[in-house]
Amino acid sequence: MAKLNLLLLAVLVACALGLVTSQHKARKLFSELDRERTRARELDIEYGRLQLEASTWGLHSRVERIALGTLGLRAPDPRRVRLIARDPGR
Amino acid sequence: MTSAVGAAAQGLVRLPVWRARFVLAALLLAFAALLARALYLQALRTDFLQERGDARYSRVLEMPSTRGRILDRNGEALAVSTPVKSIWAIPSDIALKSAEKRKLAALLAMPERELDKKLGAARDFVYLKRQVPPEAAEAIAQLRLGGIYESPEYRRYYPAGEVTAHLIGFTGVDDGGQEGVELAHQDTLGGKPGSRRVIKDRLGRVVEDVQSIRAAQDGKDLVLSIDSKIQSLAYSALKGAVEQAHAKAGSLIAIDVRTGEVLALANVPSFNPNNRTRLTGAQLRNRVITDLFEPGSTLKPFTVALALESGKVTPQTVVATAPGRMTLAHYTIRDVHPAAALTVAQILQKSSNVGAAKLALALPREAMYGLFQRVGFGAAPQLGFPGAAAGRLRPYRTWQPVEQATMAYGHGISLSLIQLARAYSIFATDGELVPLTLVKSATPASGEKIISADTARAVRAMLEAAVQPGGTGPRARIMGWRVAGKTGTAHKQENGSYAPDKYLASFVGLAPASAPRVVIAVAIDEPGGRAYYGGSVAAPVFAQVMQGALRLLGVPHDAPLEPVNLPGEGDEAREST
Repeated sequence: MAKLNLLLLAVLVACALGLVTSQHKARKLFSELDRERTRARELDIEYGRLQLEASTWGLHSRVERIALGTLGLRAPDPRRVRLIARDPGR
Repeated sequence: MTSAVGAAAQGLVRLPVWRARFVLAALLLAFAALLARALYLQALRTDFLQERGDARYSRVLEMPSTRGRILDRNGEALAVSTPVKSIWAIPSDIALKSAEKRKLAALLAMPERELDKKLGAARDFVYLKRQVPPEAAEAIAQLRLGGIYESPEYRRYYPAGEVTAHLIGFTGVDDGGQEGVELAHQDTLGGKPGSRRVIKDRLGRVVEDVQSIRAAQDGKDLVLSIDSKIQSLAYSALKGAVEQAHAKAGSLIAIDVRTGEVLALANVPSFNPNNRTRLTGAQLRNRVITDLFEPGSTLKPFTVALALESGKVTPQTVVATAPGRMTLAHYTIRDVHPAAALTVAQILQKSSNVGAAKLALALPREAMYGLFQRVGFGAAPQLGFPGAAAGRLRPYRTWQPVEQATMAYGHGISLSLIQLARAYSIFATDGELVPLTLVKSATPASGEKIISADTARAVRAMLEAAVQPGGTGPRARIMGWRVAGKTGTAHKQENGSYAPDKYLASFVGLAPASAPRVVIAVAIDEPGGRAYYGGSVAAPVFAQVMQGALRLLGVPHDAPLEPVNLPGEGDEAREST
C-alpha cells in the first residue's frame, strides 16, 4: 500500500512540474504571438502610409507635369496607334 | 493506591484540572478568531481582494481599430487613415516656465496667447490640439511636462485632394464620415474598437489572454467604381473650361453603361479635403447630385423618342415649324434658326424648340409624364449618397398645354446632372435604363426596358447627326470614335422668372456610337463670356474627357482616324434652350 502511495506521489509531482512548465511555455509563446500581432499592425499602418505616399507621388497631375515638362513626352498621334483585340484564349 | 504511590514516588504532582481547560479554551478561541477572519476575507470581502490581486498582473487593453481605406477601381488609394496623436492637458496640474510654454506653443503651431487661453480654462480636461503628426507629438513627449498627455487617434488623408473631394467627402476629428462616400458607407468603413483582459508579467509583456471583452473590428476597405485617371482628366478639363468661360461652376459625370458604374464625378469649384479651413458652401456642394437645374434642350431626345414610340412619326416625318415661333396662351416659343419645316431628325440636329413643342402637343400628357417618370426624373437616384436631389416633375393632371410644350424642350422641369446622365443610358443601350453604382461591380447591369431597341437606335442616329457640322454640337466630336449627343443652353430661373443673361450650358453624349460604352454629361453654370452655348462651352469638355476615357478603357475605334475639323463661325447651329 505504502509503495503505491509513494508511486502516486511521484506521478503527482511530475504532473505538477509538467503543468508549470507547459504553462510557462504557453505564456512565452503567447507573448511572442502578441509581439508579432503588434508588429503586423504596425506593418499594416506602415503599408497605409506607403500607399498614401505612392498615391501622392503618382498623382496624375504630377505625372502629367513631369511627362510634358521635364521629359518632354507627348501623346502619340492616334493615327500611329494600332489597337489589337485581346486574345480571348488568354 | 499503589499507582498513586508510584506517581508520587516518581515526583509527579497532580495539577488542578482548570488549567488544562483554560489552555484548551484559549486555543479554541484563537482558532475561532482565525476562522472568523478567514470567513470574513473569503466570503465577505472576496470581491475586493480578488480585484486587488488581479490588479497586480491583469490589465484591460484597448484594441484600436482602423477605418477602412477607399480605393479606386484599379486599387489606387483615395482615402487612407494613419495614426496621429491628440495632445490634452489637465490645466490644474500645469506649472509651466515661460521657456517651456514657448517651446510647447511652437511645437503645437499655435500662438502662445491661444495656449494660455486653453490652459486657463476652468475645466479638468482640455484638448490642446488634435491630430498632431507623430513627430511633433514625440517632441512634445520629450519635453516631459507635467499635466500634459497624449492619446492615439487617426487622421484621414486624401492623396487625390481636390480632384475627388466631393465624391469621397471627408471625416470629422472623431473619424466618422461627414460627407460623400465617407458618410454613405460609414457602416462598412468605420471600425469598432474593442478591448480584452490580459495577464502581464513583471516586464510588462502580455503572457496570457484571459478574456476578450469586445473584439475589435477593423473597417472594411471600399473599392469604388471610379477610375482615378478618368477622374483626374475630368477634373482638370472641367476646371480649365470653367476658367476659360468665366463660369460660376461646372460639373461632370461619366458612366459605364455596360455595368452602370460611375467612372468619374467631378465638380468645380472644389476644395482640399486635407485642409478644410475657410470652406464655403459653394465649394462643398456636390453639384452633380444635389443641384437641380432646368435641363433645356438636352431633354428633347426624350420627346422625340416618345413621338417615335407612339408610331405617329418617323425620323423623316416633316413637321411645319414656320415661322420659327409659336404662341400658346400668351407665351411665345422661339427658334434661333427659324425654318419653314424640319424633319424629326432635323429638329434634334438644329435643336428646334417649336418642332419639339409640336411633337409634344401631339402626344397625350400621361405618356410624356410616364416616360419622364420611368427614366427616373422626379425621384432621388438610389445611390445611397447623402443629399441626392429628386428634382421636380409635376403630376400631369396639372399640366397646361403651354407647360407640356415647354417641357418638350426641358423647361418647367428640374433634375440633377446624374439623373440626366442616367436617363441617357436608354439611348446608349437598346432602350434599357441602367441602375447606377459608385462601388466597383464585375457583373453587367441589367436595366429596366423603357423604349424599344428600334427607337433607341433611331434616336442614337439622330444624336449622332446633331454633333455633325450643321448640328449644335460639332465640337463634341473626337478622332477615332463616333460620338452622339445633345447640347443644351438653358436660361436660368431667378426669382421665378427666366434671367435673360444667365445660362446653364450643358452637353450629354455617348460614344462610341456603334456600340456605346460611356455616357458623359457636362454642365457649365453661368458662363460669363460671349460664348455661352452648350455646344461651345460644354461640348469641348465632353470631347476631351470622352477621348481620354475611351483610350483608357481600351475601346476599339469605330471611325477613321482623321483629325476632326472644328467648325468655324456660323458653321454651327445654336439654340436658346
